[in-house]
Amino acid sequence: MYSYTYDGSFEGLLTVVFEAYERNAWPTGIAQEQFAQPGIFGETIAVVTSEQKANRVWHGLRKKLSVTAQQALYHTYLWEQPGFEQLIFDYIRLAFAQEASIEGNYAAPCVLQVQQAARQVYREKHRMEAFVRFRKTADDLFYATISPDYNVLPLIVQHFEKRYADQRWAIYDTRRRYGAYYDLTATSLIELELPHQRHATLHAAALHGEEDKYRQLWQVYFDQVNIPERRNPKLHLRHIPRRYWKYLSEKQPRTAH
Amino acid sequence: MDSRITDKLTILADAAKYDVSCSSSGGKRKNENKGLGNAEGMGICHSYTEDGRCVSLLKILLTNYCIYDCAYCVTRRSNDVKRAAFTVQEVVDLTINFYRRNYIEGLFLSSGIFKNSDYTMERLVRVAKKLRQEHKFNGYIHLKTIPGASEELIKEAGLYADRLSVNIELPTERSLQQLAPEKNYAEILLPMDTIKQQVVQAMEEKKLFKSAPVFAPAGQSTQLIVGASAENDHQILQLSNQLYQDYNLKRVYYSGYVPVSSDSRMPIITAPPIIRENRIYQADWLMRFYGFSVQELVDEQQPNLEPDIDPKLAWALRNRFIFPVELNTADYELILRVPGIGVKSAQKIVSARRFAQLNFDHLRQMGVVLKRAKYFITCQTKSMLRQEFDSLQIRNKILFGDGAKPSALLRQQLDLFRQAG
Repeated sequence: MYSYTYDGSFEGLLTVVFEAYERNAWPTGIAQEQFAQPGIFGETIAVVTSEQKANRVWHGLRKKLSVTAQQALYHTYLWEQPGFEQLIFDYIRLAFAQEASIEGNYAAPCVLQVQQAARQVYREKHRMEAFVRFRKTADDLFYATISPDYNVLPLIVQHFEKRYADQRWAIYDTRRRYGAYYDLTATSLIELELPHQRHATLHAAALHGEEDKYRQLWQVYFDQVNIPERRNPKLHLRHIPRRYWKYLSEKQPRTAH
Repeated sequence: MDSRITDKLTILADAAKYDVSCSSSGGKRKNENKGLGNAEGMGICHSYTEDGRCVSLLKILLTNYCIYDCAYCVTRRSNDVKRAAFTVQEVVDLTINFYRRNYIEGLFLSSGIFKNSDYTMERLVRVAKKLRQEHKFNGYIHLKTIPGASEELIKEAGLYADRLSVNIELPTERSLQQLAPEKNYAEILLPMDTIKQQVVQAMEEKKLFKSAPVFAPAGQSTQLIVGASAENDHQILQLSNQLYQDYNLKRVYYSGYVPVSSDSRMPIITAPPIIRENRIYQADWLMRFYGFSVQELVDEQQPNLEPDIDPKLAWALRNRFIFPVELNTADYELILRVPGIGVKSAQKIVSARRFAQLNFDHLRQMGVVLKRAKYFITCQTKSMLRQEFDSLQIRNKILFGDGAKPSALLRQQLDLFRQAG
């Protein structure tokens, strides 16, 4: 029985894979250092992240898998659901064990699960690209907060970079307490020491003079495009589940104007 | 807040909402000029209305003043509604400011016809031109081509727009004459043909010269109103099929007629035919992605789709001799035709069976709807059924058996009938 601990990074997790192969000791548990509970039985191996070892695993996988499959593994890491480390390990082990590529072997549980986890992450990424609502601040920054189910901020940066190349913007993940900031040339990941708030709202005074006008016009538009004769609340909720409403200006109470 | 612009938006968004097209996909416009927006790849639905439709574009009319008097249309000349008109600059400002806040993918601009077709079309083109040239806007632009507009204007529109559309609205010339006397089929089909020619030509030139200008890279679409005139589903689907083939349309949209009109030329209905519209969309999908032909779905003997089961299930029940399909060996095209198996599951099945013989557990995990599919498949020659059923029995089991969920829509519509009755 070997349980491994690592620092929570993707490189750290790949280093665990490397160590497990080197020691020929398959993990019975993989956990982040700060959450690991020492077991009574077996050995606990604290793995120190090594970029070099991680790279060897990743390059080794490249010979076995397509870019899409490697991407799916990274998405599974961002998925962050219980057991994701073991799932990634099982997948990599199967990939190395087989002569041919294991992609498409949906009859193997770990292949199907990685595909499904990656799909969930991808959908959350897509939702964030859709549901982010920027508010323009007095100093012309476009600011939005998110708290996605999965850690998709690293995945959505590119989308917004391409789209908003000519405006400064920032997106802050209030749950994981870090954000992305684009300054017209490049995007950097930033950590802010904000008080822990689920709805980190901006002060009215910090907003641009026109912000309220366009927010209200958008609400007017949203109300008008509805066709009451076709009301279908079930379908509506399937498309935008309630947990996403907090982002959406059109779902906020109307202020008198 | 500026109440004038609010009033205009209220009137001109309301008047545009019966156009159901919402797609913002298929564009290839990349942000290469460090400008605003990017319309490559797939579109995004930024919100959904309470009736469950996607909100992807700022969909408005430039004006709802109109010289035409089409019976089905809310902005027809004889209808007593408030009228308004945006200026070109107002539309540009709204689009840019909505886009910057990530509310929308772009603009869908249509218009009532004021003065004449060319005068109106010229203004629509000017909005698009201004967005592209003065604001370096690379978001999605969908322009409606006004029936009767000149070829030159349509050609210019295609240089700035990602998609153009001409709405046919009524499925036969006869209905058009009755309900929209100022329009005729020739006037609608001519611009469609111009657009098609231009798209093809631009693509040919693109092959030779990389810098050749693109023309409406997301192609063209149209809309048919369902339930405003007497045509049956067979006539509607045949027309769509013909449009897909003859004019390379990307999409035909179907809009269940919402009773917006008390015009005496219109049928009296209490609720839009939502189920019928839904079945027609399903049939449209089967034609485009599942390899079905119109004749397999509806024909002269059975000119309408069945309202209570989807057209794929209906087809399977009429063609029992083809089933059961052995999933470990059958062709992909045949697997696609099994009720309860969609494109994604069919692809997974074909992929996974190269590694292992599949069983029903595998299928369940892949997302196959076995409660439907089980009547039509075998796995390693085994069936999930303990006895044989005839078509009627299967139909009843799927509709009313264990775990059957009568469609919420169906229930809603039946309730409406009851209230109306």
